[in-house]
Amino acid sequence: MAGGQTRSAPQGRLAENIVHFARALRKAGVKLGTAQVETAIRAVEVAGFTRRADFYYILRATMITRADDLTIFHQVFAMFWRDPEFIESLLHLLSHKTRDDKPPAPKPAAHRRAADAMGEMPDREPPDLPEREEVEQEALLSWSDNAVLRRMDFEQMSAAELTEAEAAIRRLTLPVSPKLTRRMHPEPHGAKPDPRATLRASLRRGGEIGRIARKSRLRRPPDLVAICDISGSMSVYSRLLMRFLHALAHNPQRQWGRVSAFTFGTQLTNVTRALRQRDPDEALAAIGSEADDWQGGTRIGDAIERFNKDWSRRVLGSDAVVLLITDGLERGDAAHLASQMQRLSLSARRLIWLNPLLRYDGFAPRAGGVRAILPHVHSLHACHSLDSLGALSDALAEPGLRDTLLRQL
Amino acid sequence: MTVLPASIDDTISLLASQDYICGRDLGTVAFLSLKLGKPLFLEGEAGVGKTEIARALSAALGRRLIRLQCYEGLDASSAIYEWNFAAQMVAIRTAEATGQTDRAELQAELFSDDFLIRRPLLQALEPQPGGPPVLLIDELDRTDEPFEAFLLELLSDFQVTIPELGTIRADAPPIVILTSNRTREVHDALKRRCLYHWVDYPGFQRELSILRARVPEATDKLSSEIVAFVQSLRGEDLFKSPGVAESIDWARALVALDAVALSPELVTDTVGALLKYQDDIARIAGAETTRLLDQAKAQLMATG
Repeated sequence: MAGGQTRSAPQGRLAENIVHFARALRKAGVKLGTAQVETAIRAVEVAGFTRRADFYYILRATMITRADDLTIFHQVFAMFWRDPEFIESLLHLLSHKTRDDKPPAPKPAAHRRAADAMGEMPDREPPDLPEREEVEQEALLSWSDNAVLRRMDFEQMSAAELTEAEAAIRRLTLPVSPKLTRRMHPEPHGAKPDPRATLRASLRRGGEIGRIARKSRLRRPPDLVAICDISGSMSVYSRLLMRFLHALAHNPQRQWGRVSAFTFGTQLTNVTRALRQRDPDEALAAIGSEADDWQGGTRIGDAIERFNKDWSRRVLGSDAVVLLITDGLERGDAAHLASQMQRLSLSARRLIWLNPLLRYDGFAPRAGGVRAILPHVHSLHACHSLDSLGALSDALAEPGLRDTLLRQL
Repeated sequence: MTVLPASIDDTISLLASQDYICGRDLGTVAFLSLKLGKPLFLEGEAGVGKTEIARALSAALGRRLIRLQCYEGLDASSAIYEWNFAAQMVAIRTAEATGQTDRAELQAELFSDDFLIRRPLLQALEPQPGGPPVLLIDELDRTDEPFEAFLLELLSDFQVTIPELGTIRADAPPIVILTSNRTREVHDALKRRCLYHWVDYPGFQRELSILRARVPEATDKLSSEIVAFVQSLRGEDLFKSPGVAESIDWARALVALDAVALSPELVTDTVGALLKYQDDIARIAGAETTRLLDQAKAQLMATG
């Protein structure tokens, strides 16, 4: 990219290098089509290059389509155009390395379901219930505020669990009505006349109007945003909850518009993309490695603040329903939590709180976090059982406990 | 018809002639968009000058600006075309009265060009005085996904298909600029047909030049204090950082108050022009304003 090389048409080496550069970008995870590469080559041809900066901007404008990819582009550009061979050899080296000393292969997704189908016993012990109960008690009575970074390995799903998840989600009705959009659709007894359809029908009879066609506003299911606590005190529920989220995101009856999901412990992670994987095992594995603050401490106020600042405008834009799943055991400042909850509640169409602690009789809103959250949610429900998604769906269908508990405050 | 700029530098100075000061990155993308005839997709926070560039381009090139403001539920009949039903009805009645009964003939007459109401996207495909127009599709993220699909045909081939009439094609493609505040992710299929650019907040020098061009009444001292203060405000963890549009508004407000320099009281009184969320205003109220102001002034001293 020396200054002397002006206005040369990018023939031969340069076009070739741009193609190599595009491949390097693709390897780095940027989605990039052939048409875009062609545009890039044409753009360089048109603009010519006298400066390295221009070349950078030209390639960026033509090859990048998402703001998230800008940093990757910057890095790859800096490496590649210093020495195009360097990155190739680096990538080559890396791919060799991973091929040579592979860790013991994880079980392929759906391995367990396949085994179930073959009539084989799944290779795990049946859950030892009393022991689990004990673990849970311990977890419920203690919470930590140190940031522990941990990854999560979920067990694979059994075929029975999958059937149950589907059935539960089918029954699930959140207390929210569908949303009226501004789009119209034809409906025989709709509220408004539809002149265009009327006229088109009349033309078939030579201009005679037989019936006035009508239309009405289209209803569409609301979008759903789930914000799920994965801290230590919630750890016994995490498998169930992630399964619940996955089933929600792939809801069989399209009861929901777009579903986005976030997890938080000490930090907020957007796991929507991981959830999009069709296969529940793959999705759970992806979530487990993407969020790395499993079973650490809880800072609900900070997490909600991050959500409000970074995501609320993007995912709550079209009147979404928010499902907040947490036990409300907050180690941070309760006043801060209250103000952040208020903002969340103001920007959501409806804020539903799902609290696993509620399944204990005699639950009273004593913890500071619970008292801070309660006034700002629209309804509050319990998760009844550790193992059943069905119970979760039923709990959401019941009238919420918010008002009863609010009176106790 | 003005000729299109021949180089990146020409593009930048062309925009500067309309008081639009852009960085070399945006200048490069704008030049490419004009040269390759590709739509320009601008994404960025509110108030960084995405819409403004369309205005500047149309004024500088002497082209008509056709603007389509997006909203949820925007459909083909309000974005592309609609039939004039009232006129069609009258035509049917007239045909009846005159005893015209040939159905094919009636249909051809009713769905002819005369009864077509042209909405912005269709207008943009038609020849305009001064050359192909600048088509601004503003805040695309506000529409729903189905509308994006309407745009695909338009943006790649510069044509629209009307079932009753056939395909209408532009002789000379319009200059298309799309903007998005990124309240949702726009589909890749659409972005791929465009040149993409993320518009960021400008640096100190560029924001100062923007302010000087837009609010020449402000004294140099005031402008640089405003920019320094706004820049340090963007470093804070706010719900919505002020954009360039807000800086300009604020500068105008201060000029209207005959201010020549910033003081904590003045900032507190006029901060509504800059911050639009109560949390943010509460956050920088009182001692924090003084601290930020001192920080801004210290920075000015340091850079001279």
